[in-house]
Amino acid sequence: MTVNSMMNTAQMDAIAARHPHLLKGSTSKRIRSILLFAGIGLYMIYSWWFFSIGQVLVNANWGIAGTYLADWVSYEVRPDIKIATDGTMQVVYPRYSPLGPDAKPEWVKIETKMVDRTIDVPAAAQQAAPKSSSFSFMAPNAAVGGSAEAGARTETRTEEVVSRATVNFNSTTSIDVIDGKVTATHGGETLLIDLEHSAGVTPEGDLPEWATQKRPGEKITLAFGMTGWADVDKEKVSIHNRFPGWANFIFDTNSPFFNKSLSEVMSLITSSDRLDPSRSNLSLAWNNILYNSEWQHLDVWTKLLQTIVMAFVGTLFASIIAFPLCFLAARNITRNSVLNQVIKRFFDFLRSVDMLIWALFFTRAFGPGPLAGMSAIFFTDTGTLGKLYAEALENIDDKQREGVKSVGATPLTVQRFGVLPQVLPVFASQALYFWESNTRSATIIGAVGAGGIGLKLWEAMRTNSDWENVCYMVILILIVVFIFDSASNFLRSRLMGQKTH
Amino acid sequence: MATSALPTTLSDNGAVVERHWQELNLRRRTYTFLGLALLAVALSGSLWFANATNAGKFFDRLPYFFDFVGDLVPRDGAEIGRAMFDLPSPYDDGSLKYNYPEGRMYLTDSIYVPEYFYKMLETLNIAIFSTIFGMFFGFILCFFAARNLMPNPWVRGLARRIMEILRAFPEVVIAGFFLAILSLGPIPAMIAVSIHTVGALGKLFFEVVENADMKPDEGLRAAGGNWFERVWFGIVPQVLPNFMSYFLLRLEINVRASTIIGAVGGGGIGEPLRLSISQGHEAKTLAIIILLFTTIIAVDQFSAWLRRRLVGDQAFQLAQ
Repeated sequence: MTVNSMMNTAQMDAIAARHPHLLKGSTSKRIRSILLFAGIGLYMIYSWWFFSIGQVLVNANWGIAGTYLADWVSYEVRPDIKIATDGTMQVVYPRYSPLGPDAKPEWVKIETKMVDRTIDVPAAAQQAAPKSSSFSFMAPNAAVGGSAEAGARTETRTEEVVSRATVNFNSTTSIDVIDGKVTATHGGETLLIDLEHSAGVTPEGDLPEWATQKRPGEKITLAFGMTGWADVDKEKVSIHNRFPGWANFIFDTNSPFFNKSLSEVMSLITSSDRLDPSRSNLSLAWNNILYNSEWQHLDVWTKLLQTIVMAFVGTLFASIIAFPLCFLAARNITRNSVLNQVIKRFFDFLRSVDMLIWALFFTRAFGPGPLAGMSAIFFTDTGTLGKLYAEALENIDDKQREGVKSVGATPLTVQRFGVLPQVLPVFASQALYFWESNTRSATIIGAVGAGGIGLKLWEAMRTNSDWENVCYMVILILIVVFIFDSASNFLRSRLMGQKTH
Repeated sequence: MATSALPTTLSDNGAVVERHWQELNLRRRTYTFLGLALLAVALSGSLWFANATNAGKFFDRLPYFFDFVGDLVPRDGAEIGRAMFDLPSPYDDGSLKYNYPEGRMYLTDSIYVPEYFYKMLETLNIAIFSTIFGMFFGFILCFFAARNLMPNPWVRGLARRIMEILRAFPEVVIAGFFLAILSLGPIPAMIAVSIHTVGALGKLFFEVVENADMKPDEGLRAAGGNWFERVWFGIVPQVLPNFMSYFLLRLEINVRASTIIGAVGGGGIGEPLRLSISQGHEAKTLAIIILLFTTIIAVDQFSAWLRRRLVGDQAFQLAQ
């Protein structure tokens, strides 16, 4: 049945021959569309040249992009294994390590021994020693101190040093340092590296894919992908062990609650032994969370609230001011074309002086902060909303107005009962839409100093090392935008019926 | 006022209707009052909060409010023209403030493009390039997000979520991220504006597609057309004028957006504007503002004219 009803090619050609004007567009139309596409293509080539896009993309530092992206959702712990000339070692954590002071993570295994160490004592320190130190130090000094030589001398001390350090990145990746030899294992392959002060860093055998050395004797970089990387140099092995998640999100390393499990924290909070005698443990814990030095929760939340407030107040004031003005601008309400034009051009002026310009000016007037952003949104949106409101008024149905007028209502009552019921839902819906969209633009103008989270975001990005904070703020912004988007959509669909999306 | 005009004697049914109406009216008024009260509380709370967290307090700063007008007065009117066209100034004392020719972009030995015109062109190019880019990908994505063309809810949901995230992701973060990788220049701004545009245009486009007349599509389906043929011959011809109209509308928005992104380090006119305002270079500031103002008005007028030609007065509905 279907086969029979389908046309064959000859029939289709016949139809096409009978109605050529339907199937082939006019030549001018076709040429126009070809020209349009050619124009766009040429423009893109021109832009490619204008911005030298190709060159910029080639010169870009794509390797670092992966690290920055990884920083959004993970953090590195960076212990250094320092190797002295005699092969003894020391494991040192940087000052602001996410593990806090005196960290002893399980993934770094240390074997220690006591050694007698000979240390070069600089002359200055030696001269200072007799004045300040105790008698036990005076004795060896006194034995040799008779000579007048002021140069550096040696001194022997007994101290605990690391004889072997093993870093386990994960079950298949580890680095083992002992006696000036580094054994790195990754994915079933093992690399032996000799560290010597004269010869530098020498690998035994060929380098596997994950190890790179620029020149013989120089440092070897071991890249283990997402689990981290390490630099092996003759005096130092720098470990970068990457862990998923955000470090110290709730309590920072200075907090007494740091590194405690949830149950421990709960029992501390409920116990009556005060950690800080001046306040309860609960308030101490809350205070520690708010003033977390790494994440600055209180500051971030304040800035976010500023952004919300800027959008809210700016849009509300703009609609309040635009409301009476739009009646003067609409030519069917106020029959005075000079006044109409003056108000409309005023709206255009407010709108066309960019929000950025207003923001920069008000930042000068009020100082950095939400007042500037609020005023910038208020000025720009008075123009935009006024224009939209005036257009809505000009499109109203005149019958209702005439009906109200015909029963003898005063001009004000005509507006109240003949015009307002028609346009009020449109006005409110547009104000809601701009409220939501301003929540987004308030983030950007914040970055030029007009208050809100924008500046904080920008500062976090400029350092190139706080990407996890950027991620945190972005998530907060996305949540706020999502909530406002839904709220505004819900209210608008209630106001307008099912017409809006 | 409306109730006083009603007759005082009513039939039983009339009285019921009247009473019901009064009840409804009372309820409506209560809700309106409550809503307004809530709004007033929120507003005063917001104002207090904004004032408390601002660097300068509103009433302390108000007397200095018009200081910025004073910051804008150049030494003489012609200075603005000299700043705009990079002509040497008689007040030139070697400082950056009066040194206009320094920014000239020489095309040949004697012909140059004034700095701010070049920067404005850069901003315009950022806007046009990213709008075309956004239109291209928004166009592809929108057919996968429209309910009438994509019956599979997973594909549709995925396409819509992608567009939502692209739209809501703060532009300043994208710009900052690519600034760190690509180094200074207009390309981070272009990427940021483009990504946002894909999401924004995609949403507008799929709403247009969902409102399209499905009869051509049915015809093509009956004649055995596949999905691409149905979209290309059935849907695209009827939505294209609307798409073009939204494209132009977005272009207006993107000119503004790329100015702002430029001010935070993304190239274009935004950066010299921010610098000259903060350094107090009146003539330069005014020159840039006039240039920017004229460009924005020109783009708006051109786009409005073209949109009216494409889709008639429908183009002036609320742009979402």
